[in-house]
Amino acid sequence: MTELSYLEHGHSLKSWLLTTDHKRIAILYFLSITFFFFVGGAAAALIRIDLLTPEPDLMSNEGYNRAFTLHGVIMVWFFLIPSIPNTFGNFLVPLMIGARDLAFPRLNLLSWYIYMLGGLFTLAVLVLGGVDTGWTFYTPLSSMFANGNVILAATAIFVVGFSSILTGLNFIVTVHRLRCPGMTWGRLPLFVWSIYATSLILVLATPVLSITLVLIAAERLFGVGVFNPALGGDPLLYQHLFWFYSHPAVYIMVLPALGVISELVSTAARKPVFGYRFVAGSSIAIAIIGFLVWGHHMFVAGQSMYASAVFSFLSLAVAVPSGIKVYNWTATLYKGHIALDPPFLFAMSFIGLFVVGGMTGLILAMLAVDVHVHDTYFVIAHFHYIMVGGTVSAYFGALHYWWPKMMGRWLPLVWGRLSAIFIFLGFNLTFFPQFILGYLGMPRRYHVYPAEFQTLHVLSSAGASVLGLAYLLPFTYLLYSLRHGEKAPPNPWGATGLEWTVPSPPPQHNFHELPTVDGPPYQYPVEPDTKREGAHG
Amino acid sequence: MKVVAPLIAVWAALLALLGMTVGASLVLTGTPSLVASLGIASAKAALIAWVYMQLRREGGLMRIMALGAAFWLLILLGYLALDYLTR
Ligand code: HEM
Ligand SMILES: [Cu+2]
Repeated sequence: MTELSYLEHGHSLKSWLLTTDHKRIAILYFLSITFFFFVGGAAAALIRIDLLTPEPDLMSNEGYNRAFTLHGVIMVWFFLIPSIPNTFGNFLVPLMIGARDLAFPRLNLLSWYIYMLGGLFTLAVLVLGGVDTGWTFYTPLSSMFANGNVILAATAIFVVGFSSILTGLNFIVTVHRLRCPGMTWGRLPLFVWSIYATSLILVLATPVLSITLVLIAAERLFGVGVFNPALGGDPLLYQHLFWFYSHPAVYIMVLPALGVISELVSTAARKPVFGYRFVAGSSIAIAIIGFLVWGHHMFVAGQSMYASAVFSFLSLAVAVPSGIKVYNWTATLYKGHIALDPPFLFAMSFIGLFVVGGMTGLILAMLAVDVHVHDTYFVIAHFHYIMVGGTVSAYFGALHYWWPKMMGRWLPLVWGRLSAIFIFLGFNLTFFPQFILGYLGMPRRYHVYPAEFQTLHVLSSAGASVLGLAYLLPFTYLLYSLRHGEKAPPNPWGATGLEWTVPSPPPQHNFHELPTVDGPPYQYPVEPDTKREGAHG
Repeated sequence: MKVVAPLIAVWAALLALLGMTVGASLVLTGTPSLVASLGIASAKAALIAWVYMQLRREGGLMRIMALGAAFWLLILLGYLALDYLTR
């Protein structure tokens, strides 16, 4: 019982920077990812301020292009893709499957250093004046005409891709090889299933992006004709290769969030997840079907209409496994004894926003409608509903849910509830007007617009300031809880899962003796270790 | 030496294939050139997978996984063909 926790095991900087403990590496990721979240957020703030009036007021055209490119690059590759897998996945996968660490602890640390190296390249791009191609790096703009730091930015993404690949590889091997006795595939927590599915995508898709970026560099530096028609290349080939990675990548961003929500919902309802097999299987189905739909980004780009028709049909099919999850969460909540704790509020806002994002995805996947709304704010709103409304809410939900486990401190529930509500309101105020703007014809990536769009843009910018403050809020009270929060018991929420059987924070090697599992997952109800006031109000 | 010999043999074979790629690109044009270079490239990839990536020592599951990766490449190439051949 007197065993030191992973946090107490060495206090020097070296004990952190050379650690191979998956829990400490998770914290390293958490700190660095939070940093990039705020850098990307600062770029978003510049964009929203500039859009307050129809005239360009803050930035030049070029500067505006650079702001949204940096925002996209940082948010996609330095926040969303690593966010849940590399922090919570790292921390929780070994604990959840009854292992002492990931399969390759040193590779795990290397993956963090590679992430940081990629991050340094990105900061160098920022300091040297940025890049203006958009996060999509479409050719021939990126390979011929753009005059920003294209190569440097491509290098940053190339480098960080290796971090993704190594992490994915590590999770796959860990889930195959390190499950404790009795932890069969049918007993894995759904979060582990979703991280496993995500890892498959990471390993299969990321190399294609890396090669594509190398091809851009080859064309830009040496004039090798791949994408430039003047050199015998084809610009649409770039879009094919890019989206072969990037559509699956959107599922890299959302699948881990779906896994988090399954955990939060069953804990909040004190009921087993409805249809465990279907929820687990739908993660794998999403990972696979997600590779078959990328052409829906190219409906108006000159792709053959037969290809478009096939891609449109398959895109509609992705909705089926996503729908399964939403229905099963709803069925899990039905007649549950629901505790209105912060994680649950984040989970509810995830479900609502994910449904809006997914349904508008179906609208976009219909060929004729997409001709009207392609490259407008409708698309912007669609993917922000999923990536920000969905994934970022799930990220904060996970942060509140596992914070007592990770830090050993209880958090102020009232503040947690308030920030869940403010994030939900701020988010909708920011992005709902963008659906209308887009439908009315406001194109994306412009900072000059007709005067009649101003009201909606002002609403959106107002929402963004609410959202920005609401995102800051959790960091203040969570930091406060580190010093002043009550000590957290092993199982404060009354949840199932091996991570709740060890002390909070967990000891350095997780388990004294490797546990043995002898029943199905989610055997609710479980009594929490503490009686809390208002927890079930 | 037992371990190193096959590695060196494969390395020499890869260099020879590289020479053939260069040679073919000088001699052939059009479709024959394309077929030749893709064929040689596949031979190189197969050698690397079989010897360097140790597939020749692995069991069935591992080989199926490797085929899975090749299948993923087929998805990419298949859809590309769908677009290019029906445009
Ligand atoms: C039901 C599932 C989904 C469908 C059918 C769908 C469909 C679409 C379509 C057709 C577009 C292209 C619109 C256009 O440019 O004209 C699009 C764009 C986009 N979607 Fe989705 N989507 C779905 C889910 C998701 C998810 C889960 C994410 C992220 C986690 C996501 C992120 C994006 C992004 C980032 C873009 C815009 C990329 C860009 O042009 O910069 N989508 N979606
Ligand atoms: Cu897509």
